[in-house]
Amino acid sequence: MHPVIEVSGVRKTYGKTVAVEEASFEVNQGEIFGLIGPNGAGKTTTMECIEGIRKPDRGTIAVLGLDPFRQVYKLQDRIGVQLQQAQLQKRIKVWEAVDLWASLYGKNVIDGKRLLEQLGLTEKRGSWFMNLSGGQKQRLFIALALINDPEVVFLDELTTGLDPQARHAIWDLVRGIRERGKTVFLTTHLMEEAERLCDRVAVMEHGRIIDIDTPDGLVRRHCPERTVVLVADDPAAGEHFKAIPEAESVSCVNARFTIRGRGDDLITAVIRCLSENRIRVTDFRTILPNLEDVFLKLTGHSIRE
Amino acid sequence: MLRGLWKLTWIEIKIFLREPLGAIGTIVVPVLVFIVLGRIAKLRFGAPAPAASGVSGADIPVLVALLIAVSAVLSLVTIISIYREGGILKRLRATPLRPQTILSAHVIVKLLLTAATLALMLLAGKRYFPPGVHVPWFSFTIALLISTWSILSVGFVIASIVPTARFAQPIGAIILYPMFAVSGLFVRISDLPPVLRAVARVVPLTYAVHLLTGIWNGDTWMVHLSDVAVLTALFLLFTAISAKVFRWE
Repeated sequence: MHPVIEVSGVRKTYGKTVAVEEASFEVNQGEIFGLIGPNGAGKTTTMECIEGIRKPDRGTIAVLGLDPFRQVYKLQDRIGVQLQQAQLQKRIKVWEAVDLWASLYGKNVIDGKRLLEQLGLTEKRGSWFMNLSGGQKQRLFIALALINDPEVVFLDELTTGLDPQARHAIWDLVRGIRERGKTVFLTTHLMEEAERLCDRVAVMEHGRIIDIDTPDGLVRRHCPERTVVLVADDPAAGEHFKAIPEAESVSCVNARFTIRGRGDDLITAVIRCLSENRIRVTDFRTILPNLEDVFLKLTGHSIRE
Repeated sequence: MLRGLWKLTWIEIKIFLREPLGAIGTIVVPVLVFIVLGRIAKLRFGAPAPAASGVSGADIPVLVALLIAVSAVLSLVTIISIYREGGILKRLRATPLRPQTILSAHVIVKLLLTAATLALMLLAGKRYFPPGVHVPWFSFTIALLISTWSILSVGFVIASIVPTARFAQPIGAIILYPMFAVSGLFVRISDLPPVLRAVARVVPLTYAVHLLTGIWNGDTWMVHLSDVAVLTALFLLFTAISAKVFRWE
């Protein structure tokens, strides 16, 4: 694995507002890398600097070994871009957009018909852009981002505003891009999207990158808390649970026990305790922290605020 | 270097024609104005306005030709601001399309539109300018295209300063239409107050009126080289200004 995107010490300001402060990270060949954080965190600015659309005030960026700002045309031949909240001409037809985009790239152009077929847009070939649904527009933008068979694909807030069904369909498409050996760089403020899709994520807030790791790694490091909730109609059970070394607290309401502790071993320890003491259980659930909890812990507030 | 120019131009032409109101407004209105004015002139003079009888015979065709040009420019201002507001310009820029290709496509579309509308106007105006009267159609068309090209560069400056698409049409109209008043078409420039005379000197419409009137009346290009030179210079000036102030998003 070698990095296809190298970002080092990037800073970007708009007037007095600092949009990005000292951003540094690398994206490896063939991974889905997510920049996550709330709206206004600086994700889009960071991405647009990497795409060569904006010039950072400071710092260096290399994409596929190219300087995105100075060699923007060379770079644009090799990357695919989907912009946040972009539109096309209202009355451009789907096939015309694909055809135009295909004509812009010198080589390696993918067959537009097949691409539209893969993205489920064949029936919409002759439709005007303005008459497409939100999901169809996003799929068209993905088609345009893939038309030149790019080595790196940039997706900015890809599923914002889509219903869950369309969102899942788009996630499958993005996984398909990775399976073809491409690198995907995406931004999202949806933690579920990051968890399900990304191999690695960088958490961003107020223009700073706070941490970078796999979603699992972030959760393990920042949120080791584990909770087991079970229902056991056994008056002695509480004492047994309190004896578990990994358990930090045990509470019980109406035979429903909540056992809290740290580390992955808690769950195994609870199961062992149940079997050793032959406790009959009618319900058993684990509550595991997710990226949302990680974000809360790292920033002190929820991503939705 | 201009990869995609022709394809984009062709798509923009089709898109323009798919918007019935815009197409009708830009093409049909000037032609209607021409027909109405032509009828009034015919009633007043009791005969078709003779083209060779001096400046007055050229007034209506020149006025309408410039209305065509200005409505094309207004349409450009509106389209550019809608494209900017919708993120379309930004989306197009994030491809190997060069910015100048995107803008050139629009200029070509507007020039073709101007030529087509002019042709329609001349066709509709046949009854006011009966065959036999010599009118240099071809030179007149070229002169109008040069004028439009120059006024389009003012359009790009206007497109740079309008805050939102909603204001594009009114702001464009407020800047462009008063240019007619100082262009020498209604009042001779020498009769204007000094301030307006100074304004007239930097307004492309002034030179366009002079050029078009002359060509209509049978002047040769040699007589109007200075008009063409000034129109080109103004084009370069306003293009340079818009290159500085143009906003893509």
